[in-house]
Amino acid sequence: MSNQLEPIKDPGLPAHVHRKTDTDPKAADRAERQVAAMFGISALGTVLLVVSYVFIPDDIFVFIPVMGNQNAHQLGLGMGMAISLFFIGLGAIHWAKTLMPDHEVVMQRHEFRSAEEDRKDFVATVKEGAANSGLGRRSLIKRSLGAALGLSALSPVLLLRDLGPLPGPEQKMTNWKSGTYLVTDPGDRRIKASDLEVGSVAQVMPEFANPKDRHLDDIAKDALLLIRLRPSEFNLDPDRLAMTHEGIIAFSKICSHMGCAVALYEQTTKHLLCPCHQSTFDVTRAAKVIFGPAARPLPQLDITVDGEGYLIARKPFSEPVGPSFWGREK
Amino acid sequence: MTVEAKLGQVANYVDERTGAAAFLKKSLKKVFPDHWSFLLGEVALYSFVILLLSGTFLTFWFDPSMREVVYEGSYQPLEGVKMSAAYASALHISFEVRGGLLMRQIHHWAALIFMAAIVAHLLRVFFTGAFRKPREGNWIIGIGLLTLGIVEGFLGYSLPDDLLSGTGIRIAEAIIQAFPVVGSYLSYFAFGGVFPGEVFIPRIYIVHVLLLPGAFLALITVHLMLVWYQKHTQYPGPGRTEKNVVGYPLMPMYMAKAGGFFFIVFGVTAFLGAVASINPIWLYGPYTPGQISAGSQPDWYMGWLDGLVRMAPPIETYFFGYTISWNILIPGLIIPGILFTGMALYPFIESWITGDKREHHLLDRPRNAPNRTALGAMSLTFMLVTLINGGNDLIATHFDLSINQIMWGTRIGVLVLPPLAFIITKRLCLSLQRADRELVLHGRETGRLLRMPSGEFVEVHEPISPEKAYILTSHEQLPALDLPAVDARGVKRAGALKNKLRSRLSKANAESVPKVSADDLKQIENH
Amino acid sequence: MKRLSRFRRHKAAAPLLLIFALIGIGGTFSVASATTANETTAVERSTLIEEGRQIFLKGCSSCHGLNAEGVSIAPSLIGVGAASVDFQVGTGRMPMADMSTQAIRKAPVYTEEEVAALAAYVASLAPGPEIPGMEALNFERDGSTAEGGELFRNNCAMCHNFAGQGGALTQGKYAPTVMGVLPKHIYEAMITGPQAMPVFNDKTITPEEKLSIIKWIKSAEAEPNLGGASLGRVGPVTEGLLAWTLGLGLLIGVAVWLATKAK
Repeated sequence: MSNQLEPIKDPGLPAHVHRKTDTDPKAADRAERQVAAMFGISALGTVLLVVSYVFIPDDIFVFIPVMGNQNAHQLGLGMGMAISLFFIGLGAIHWAKTLMPDHEVVMQRHEFRSAEEDRKDFVATVKEGAANSGLGRRSLIKRSLGAALGLSALSPVLLLRDLGPLPGPEQKMTNWKSGTYLVTDPGDRRIKASDLEVGSVAQVMPEFANPKDRHLDDIAKDALLLIRLRPSEFNLDPDRLAMTHEGIIAFSKICSHMGCAVALYEQTTKHLLCPCHQSTFDVTRAAKVIFGPAARPLPQLDITVDGEGYLIARKPFSEPVGPSFWGREK
Repeated sequence: MTVEAKLGQVANYVDERTGAAAFLKKSLKKVFPDHWSFLLGEVALYSFVILLLSGTFLTFWFDPSMREVVYEGSYQPLEGVKMSAAYASALHISFEVRGGLLMRQIHHWAALIFMAAIVAHLLRVFFTGAFRKPREGNWIIGIGLLTLGIVEGFLGYSLPDDLLSGTGIRIAEAIIQAFPVVGSYLSYFAFGGVFPGEVFIPRIYIVHVLLLPGAFLALITVHLMLVWYQKHTQYPGPGRTEKNVVGYPLMPMYMAKAGGFFFIVFGVTAFLGAVASINPIWLYGPYTPGQISAGSQPDWYMGWLDGLVRMAPPIETYFFGYTISWNILIPGLIIPGILFTGMALYPFIESWITGDKREHHLLDRPRNAPNRTALGAMSLTFMLVTLINGGNDLIATHFDLSINQIMWGTRIGVLVLPPLAFIITKRLCLSLQRADRELVLHGRETGRLLRMPSGEFVEVHEPISPEKAYILTSHEQLPALDLPAVDARGVKRAGALKNKLRSRLSKANAESVPKVSADDLKQIENH
Repeated sequence: MKRLSRFRRHKAAAPLLLIFALIGIGGTFSVASATTANETTAVERSTLIEEGRQIFLKGCSSCHGLNAEGVSIAPSLIGVGAASVDFQVGTGRMPMADMSTQAIRKAPVYTEEEVAALAAYVASLAPGPEIPGMEALNFERDGSTAEGGELFRNNCAMCHNFAGQGGALTQGKYAPTVMGVLPKHIYEAMITGPQAMPVFNDKTITPEEKLSIIKWIKSAEAEPNLGGASLGRVGPVTEGLLAWTLGLGLLIGVAVWLATKAK
């Protein structure tokens, strides 16, 4: 190959080219003034920062083209800081480039491996040390040490046990019980079936005696989306159809993929879209996944009305809501 | 007393108490090669310092608590809204602490630039082959820093507990839950029970401000010490060899430049913090699991992951009542795991393929390592395609496309484009090698035409300088490994399959356009 | 709540009638005789409806059918109400420029008077949501910004983005920005559910709550950029883009300058 051929010769480091500032004292003085000017601008930047901090109230806005209305206080502080820092850097680099000696220096490298003899000695020492410890011969020690070390690693794992409780049944339960009223979120008003017209949606929560007791942990599982279609638009199994009420269908709002709130309902296509990963669910077919990474339909809540026509849950969810986990179906 | 004399006294003082004169003298004279691409790592380092400074400022007011409070601050559109104390204190920093918003924005911009600089630095190191022996260990530390950076950034932007970041935590929880067998346990331990609980923000806070920065400091220190001890690599050029370093001494030139550059990085970050809004948490609103915003995306360095998750096929398997969410495991854990492991092991893989166990201090021009460059282009294409899908909703609305089209485009693209990028890049590298060869043999095309006495037109070629000719030919061209399937005695070697694979890879790796030798030039002259 | 619906029935009607009267009589004379508007309503109304029908026949019937009964390419307008017409035609969405996925907001084709006539005609076909009156739209007085923000994040942000900038839906459809939209039109969109948008009726989101949403939208619209250029208020994507281009770009620029030798 070409490696055996004689390579083109290394012409060696190119000759040093003198800068203007090296040969012309005037140019050097000019460079000095430039550096000083940059440091001066930096000082002005700090002045701007101080002035902005002390004198500009934070409710004054100035119009800057492209950027729109800007908070003068924030802009003054930031620009002051940026200028003061940036120009120190600019000055220092300009100083280095123009006035500090720029002769390239060659430093020799040495291969990292030590001299053959040293290395042999070193390797031998390691081997000897290992042999003297008897690690190779006394397998009982080796094995028991390995086991002990391995086991000792368990202690931090064990000590971290109290980070949280073990998964319990609450993981699969929501606050939707038989007869729980559906209430608006926010507002906590009960909803009559007749309140919803075709094409409308409502964000819904289970009724709490005191809405103040509803915490994020509850919302994370209870959030519900109520949609009203024409009953004729459904394409459902009879048992699923029985879970609806006069065209009103209720789905868990927590995505079966990764738990985002699925609530982008398109009235025209009857599709529900999750904005996080774009799983698309067909409402007319019990939230069947028609696009995207979700593998399961959204859980459907069985709803009906009470004597006065208010919407209630007939039964709790028949499956856990939200993302999948190992023992979800157990 | 002059400055020189004073500094001299300081040096004297230090040595009398440490005896470090010999070491420090050598250090001050240490030579650093100068090239803009060597500053990418510096940008990351300085961003880290800025992150420490601005982050400390933020901790003075930030209250990492998920306690429910009612907002009573000065931002009127959120007045009386229930929120976590963490979110309320982040609003307090933004609106009541003077310069607080600026610091928040500097902190966040510095984080984005930190990650961008790490990736740019990684690309430089990869494409120039700077990871080769003896720097494999430092490469692995670098991969570690990148991984930590992604985690640290995610935890950082999760702290304010706004609607966007809370959605991110929700997704992280889904990934944790997806672990087979232990998922629910891990999730319950991390969140202290069911999601979101009340302990997660305080926990990630201490990880974000203490544990990970500590790990960063330790790794960065080792990273820099190794650079220091092993000396910097340099680009090939006249006078530069594997046995030397050509550049400027630490004192004063490099000190002034590097020190100045710190201020530049800080200045640019402050500039961005002043003029461009970042993470306007007051617009997002406080987190509640029942709400969501259109176009919920993570910060850019997680975008590829989000894009992968989006394009994943909807597969879950169920057996004996147990669920395995492949739609989360594959894009969320398996592919990133393969990518990062492969990246960390690459130096060893390459040296196994080339059989090259020597030290390398001269960098490769990417075209002279076509296989590596093509592999890099392939990985980069993969990342870009997934990143694009991570922003598919915004791309759809801004370029009149549909998310479904983009999703299918990237689903197919992520399989088709990376191999295509490999092939194209490799061909491109070989063409560039050919161009180099032409240039050395026949010189530069001047564009001047000359009419020969015969009436024929020829273009005048100008010979290139010896320096240039040297740069274009100084690289090594290693032959492929010779790994016969049978040994000298005709016995089949052990691990035949492995050998076969190795020799095929080696052969592909050695493919090149022969570089010009001095003999070639002599031949031409004799013509 | 009762108080407000009463407003809607009485006071809200007044300015509307005024407009009707203006068109019907068509001149300065009408202003003087506005005191008798109540008595002339029926007559004015029928002229207005007739006028609307004429506009409809010319501009809309080719798609929606001669009696607004709808054909395969366009839905029936019977029962959609005046609010729907006012929204669709008043924001320029109708008539559609082309039969693309979605009607886009553009400069209205018809004048306010013509829109009112069209609305009156469609409303005459069957009862439907009415155009909210000025009095009913006093969001400054009757709305609460903070409450509106919560309602917006719960009901609107999933499609229209956290700051009302709009977002993508499936198959190329999108939720438009709600910035720069008249309060009346925002209100009408909520009660009529135009195109892909679902209906948010007055029982699940009360009229007061709707006004709060409008108030929050208007506050977000007027909110100056508190932290610098807004970058479109679309979240981390544009931020990442800027970090790579302006941020790292500037730094690489300085690095190149730093590493070149001075002359």
